[in-house]
Amino acid sequence: MSAQASPEAMSPAEFRAAVASMRAIYPDERSAILPALRLAQERHGGWLPEQAFREVADALDTTPAFCLSIASFYDMFHTEPVGRRVVGVCTNVSCALAGAQAVVDAFERALDLHVGETTVDGAITLRTVECLGGCGWATVVAVDDHQRLRVRPGDVPALVKELRGDA
Amino acid sequence: MATPELVFAGTDGGAVTDLGTYEKQGGLAALRRAQEMTPDEIVAELNASNLRGRGGAFFPTGRKWSFIPKPDQNPNPHYLVVNADESEPGSFKDHEIMLRVPFRFLEGCLIAARAIESQHVFVYIRGEYGRPFEVLVDALEQMRRQKLLRGVTIVVHRGAGAYICGEETALLESLEGERGQPRTKPPFPAIAGLYASPTAVNNVESIATVPPIIELGGSEYAELGVEDSTGTRVFSLSGNVVRPGNYELPHGFALKELIYEVGGGIPDGRALKAVIPGGSSTPILTAAEAEQVTLDYDSLSQAGTAIGSAGVIAIDDRCCMVQLGIRVSQFYEHESCGKCTPCRVGTRWITQILRKIESGRGTHADLDLLLDVGEHVNGTCLCPLGDSDAIAVASYVAKFRDEFLAHVEEGGCPFEGASSLEGIVAPTDVHEAHVGPAEIERPLEVLA
Repeated sequence: MSAQASPEAMSPAEFRAAVASMRAIYPDERSAILPALRLAQERHGGWLPEQAFREVADALDTTPAFCLSIASFYDMFHTEPVGRRVVGVCTNVSCALAGAQAVVDAFERALDLHVGETTVDGAITLRTVECLGGCGWATVVAVDDHQRLRVRPGDVPALVKELRGDA
Repeated sequence: MATPELVFAGTDGGAVTDLGTYEKQGGLAALRRAQEMTPDEIVAELNASNLRGRGGAFFPTGRKWSFIPKPDQNPNPHYLVVNADESEPGSFKDHEIMLRVPFRFLEGCLIAARAIESQHVFVYIRGEYGRPFEVLVDALEQMRRQKLLRGVTIVVHRGAGAYICGEETALLESLEGERGQPRTKPPFPAIAGLYASPTAVNNVESIATVPPIIELGGSEYAELGVEDSTGTRVFSLSGNVVRPGNYELPHGFALKELIYEVGGGIPDGRALKAVIPGGSSTPILTAAEAEQVTLDYDSLSQAGTAIGSAGVIAIDDRCCMVQLGIRVSQFYEHESCGKCTPCRVGTRWITQILRKIESGRGTHADLDLLLDVGEHVNGTCLCPLGDSDAIAVASYVAKFRDEFLAHVEEGGCPFEGASSLEGIVAPTDVHEAHVGPAEIERPLEVLA
């Protein structure tokens, strides 16, 4: 993988080749649709525009509509534009008992938006998400597909600063 | 006194992510021994251990493997699929197992593959576990370089955010590239699972327990724990406790001791109000009940609940039980795959009726309706997702009926805004904010 171009910089041919190698991993190549959609999403700024579905369909010999039907089922695929970083605060029971809402509130203040929205500069989308599987390390905050553990409201301004610098 | 850690053995509280270190500590000895054993001998050790599935269903692992046809009975490739889609609220043990003992887990995969005569292992890991995915891929590469895989392929396949994919047939659908919706059973995966071929689906912790069972021998492992709940278990402790975390303890450990001694008790001088013992789908226990039970299948079954995925959530006296019901039901509503109507519609109705009660507009009839809707969800669908909502909420009503009645009779929440779950914004709330308030109110009118 390291020899390949970054997802954003991939040409359509390189994308097709990357998906072809995913297809080869599985006994039935239909199984490659989740990794292919993930790569397509990385290519398109973190979400899946119509063009992305055409590319994935083309690379997997299926239809854009089928690809959309798969993507729309899963929470980590976005069919509308999102920020360069997607922040998801877990508000399920254990995190909620440990004060997750105060963490959500701190993000809303630091980002000047309501949960569900993206900052005007397109840097960060704030969501609440269901259980991230870190209940004993509450409050768990997902930054894209990685997690920050034991986040307290006071940690949020520095985290936002870091994510903006990173973004 | 203490039963030694088996799954987390050798970590000394840290992680073992270097293959050389793992081997120096005695790692891979079980794999070598298993390679000298026939598949039937491995299954016999598992049967002797009475290891039962750690994902929540508690099905005997050895028996599950014995259902897999022999290659001459079914010439299709055989598959081992490991369920690493851990998403049950309250459960975070597999997360820590993959981070801290990736080699023990992968060693277990290779032994399990041998037991069912499979050359193909898929680890379906939830998409949100970015770090555990990296740790596994790195550990796998180290094992490949040492030529330990012996022709077995292990593919770590990432999910993309769907609780339902932890249900084994939904997981297989997802792995095949479909929407993750449960299948009808039979056929069971052992006969027609992944790509319609014989498939064993096992939980991460079950698989990580296989190497210690082979090392100790099944009958010695069965000496640990209590009758019918043998061995150790990684209990996930969370909620209102001083020291939340994963603790590997023998089955039969007292719940009271887990919360007050291991977990350090309830913080801020509060009192324990209730405990969810096995993940959010299991019925709740009052504090008094929680002090009586031990953490094993029989004790918790007798108390009317279940050990489930061993995710213990402690809840202190600041929590409104109607709000707890709303939050739990919102989760199942959000995660319902939509295939079966009773679940798709019923989980939403349960949330809506609870909201009406919480707002003070509920009546005694709504309380009856709430339980009635749950009864029509429970047992009427392909998988237990909807059941979980119905059973959990019904247990809150049964155990804390006075609190529900107070909402109806006093026209509002007796916590008056001070509940620990007050104002929590669930993902379903955010979706509804997009739809607009008129759309949110409409189902209530239908129910009124």
